[in-house]
Amino acid sequence: MSVYLDANASEPLRPEARAAMLAATEAGNPSSIHAAGRAARRLLETAREAVAQHCGVRPAQVVFTSGGTEADALALHALGHGRRIVIGATEHDAIRAAAPMADILPVDAEGVVRLEALPALLDRPALVCVMLANNETGTLQPIPAIAEICRAHGARLHVDAAQAAGRMAVDFAALGADSLALSGHKLGGPPGAGALLLAEHVPLAPLITGGGQERGWRGGTPPLPAIAGLGAAMLCPHTDLARLRDRLEHAARHAGAVVLGAGAPRLGNTTSLALPGVAAQTQVMSLDLAGIAVSAGAACSSGKVARSHVLDAMGAGALAGQAIRVSLPWNVADADIDAFIAAYQPMAARLSRSAA
Amino acid sequence: MLPNRPIYLDNQATTPCDPRVLQAMLPWFTEQFGNPHSAEHVMGRSAEAAVETARAQIAALIGAEAREIVLTSGATESNNIAIKGAARHARRVGDARRRVITVATEHKCVLESVADLAEDGFDPIVLPVRRDGTLDPDTLRTALAEPTLLVSVMAVNNETGVIQDLADIIPLVKAAGALFHTDAAQAAGKIPLDVALGIDLLSISGHKLYGPKGVGALYVRRRPRARVAALFSGGNQERGLRSGTLPTPLVVGLGEACRIAAAEMADDTARIAALRDRLWAQLTRDIPGLVLNGHPTQRLAGNLNLTFPARSAADLMGENPEICVSTGSACSSAAVEPSYVLRALGLDDTQASRTLRIGIGRFTSAAEIDTAARAFAASHALQQA
Repeated sequence: MSVYLDANASEPLRPEARAAMLAATEAGNPSSIHAAGRAARRLLETAREAVAQHCGVRPAQVVFTSGGTEADALALHALGHGRRIVIGATEHDAIRAAAPMADILPVDAEGVVRLEALPALLDRPALVCVMLANNETGTLQPIPAIAEICRAHGARLHVDAAQAAGRMAVDFAALGADSLALSGHKLGGPPGAGALLLAEHVPLAPLITGGGQERGWRGGTPPLPAIAGLGAAMLCPHTDLARLRDRLEHAARHAGAVVLGAGAPRLGNTTSLALPGVAAQTQVMSLDLAGIAVSAGAACSSGKVARSHVLDAMGAGALAGQAIRVSLPWNVADADIDAFIAAYQPMAARLSRSAA
Repeated sequence: MLPNRPIYLDNQATTPCDPRVLQAMLPWFTEQFGNPHSAEHVMGRSAEAAVETARAQIAALIGAEAREIVLTSGATESNNIAIKGAARHARRVGDARRRVITVATEHKCVLESVADLAEDGFDPIVLPVRRDGTLDPDTLRTALAEPTLLVSVMAVNNETGVIQDLADIIPLVKAAGALFHTDAAQAAGKIPLDVALGIDLLSISGHKLYGPKGVGALYVRRRPRARVAALFSGGNQERGLRSGTLPTPLVVGLGEACRIAAAEMADDTARIAALRDRLWAQLTRDIPGLVLNGHPTQRLAGNLNLTFPARSAADLMGENPEICVSTGSACSSAAVEPSYVLRALGLDDTQASRTLRIGIGRFTSAAEIDTAARAFAASHALQQA
């Protein structure tokens, strides 16, 4: 079993989520009116209440989807129609690919969006998409401040909270967003479920039609076990992993690494470690052979490891192709950090020498 | 079977997950949680390998190649991608054809997808069916006189269990140069299906064939290539047709469900048909005037769609809460309006209101059939007393 430090690709399933999911595998179709259907409906609504309670919305504002990508796509479809789309430069591909013609809101060297650049992009009705926490660097965005600018200019705001939920508090009203996307398997639930939270005023505009489920917002039999798992994972207390992450970073810096985005508020579990002169892919392969699972960027585009658009946008220069993402799962142990350091330090020494 | 456990006779709404499917999925939920798109490390690669094994199992069930299978969240999404995607792709490449043909008894998600296309300027035609629920090929032939992009006809109806004769229908569609899509959510794993019939697009649902909820598949023909536009974009998974992290455990579950269905289809069908005959014999003995809706033989083995002579479906269900049956499609969330499928077969509202859909499945026992038959006969007798 390898040491798994790629939580931002997928979190290990939490035991609470596993139990809820297994309990729900016996349930029927939540739209059926008989006993089996009503039992399924209760489980579905329990999960909806868990998400609603955690994020401070009413249950009717929660639309379950097949995952974060669909939730983002639904938000763009429902809120972006006929509007200029403005997206942060470091957004996930779920947003970037869904809005290929979008205007880009630049970020600074730490990956934080430049608020001062936003008003000029809002001269006509717009939908602004900014993620709460970045998947590669963990950088947190100043969402309430962005929301205030959006409100002042009559723009809508969608927040991709796939990486933030389950790792920090997500308060829909405090963030000031019109919609917010969640992904089950990024917060310790099973893959196959996500959610879109919607402000009360958003008019109905489904992407997948048919059947009338989710109050018309999303046709199809809801993936009940995965949703039950998401709901249970949502209720799990957050673990502060910053201490372990900082210890890992300290050792990596000692071995010559540069930490990207360290100057901004970040998720406690994520670090982006660049090793000058050494291709990210070489580092990842070397660590894989040593039994350490990390990534060179977002999992979605893996296989063909390109330069990170996130690090490029931060002006990282050559380092953008030389950074690995280390993301600690909720159940990470001190021994995992030790194992990473034991593999990273000799690797860095060896590869930096040959790069020099 | 515990006496107080409900008798589940609603296998067209959803099927219980086969214990073997659950066993196959569990390791991928717990120990093997890697993201299948993380090709950079061993956990991602093993998840990817499991997904590809499942893809081959799904393909084998319908005579397709693994690379022709696009994994989705379910049949509703598959149907949306197939219908909207084929039409939008055609328009994007300058195809002037606007006609899209489907049938009045299709699942809501097919009818709504087609209706959505009307808003985009397409020309949807919804064909009637005969009293037995089958599509008259001549009706289709007439509709195909206008240049047509796509014809979507379900393989098996979700309410009546009626099997459409695809071998009869597809040659007409091909002769007209249109694409053929079939919603096989109710058919896959229950009746033999082979895309070699000329099927271009075919939708599968996991939870209708004893697999998990939250996963499905869309077959997209490669030669000649059926081209569809994605419904939404993102990480470009599934060759750009369907973005989003693949739910490895659910995909593994769908693969195992397809493997089991392919291996056991003949045995399952024979046993389920025997149970169906047993139920039908007891009910017709005790309830004169009971009517079977839909084609008497060209139908799914497990389905009985029955109009009772006197009692309403609501009463029959209310008096027998331990028996899970339904009045029609589950999707419309407890909406108690008459089924549009039954109306299309010519039933009036009163007849429709006295109609139950009974769905017998892989895990139904003879004892459960006998209990259900007695219960419905007793409810019927209440009226006589």
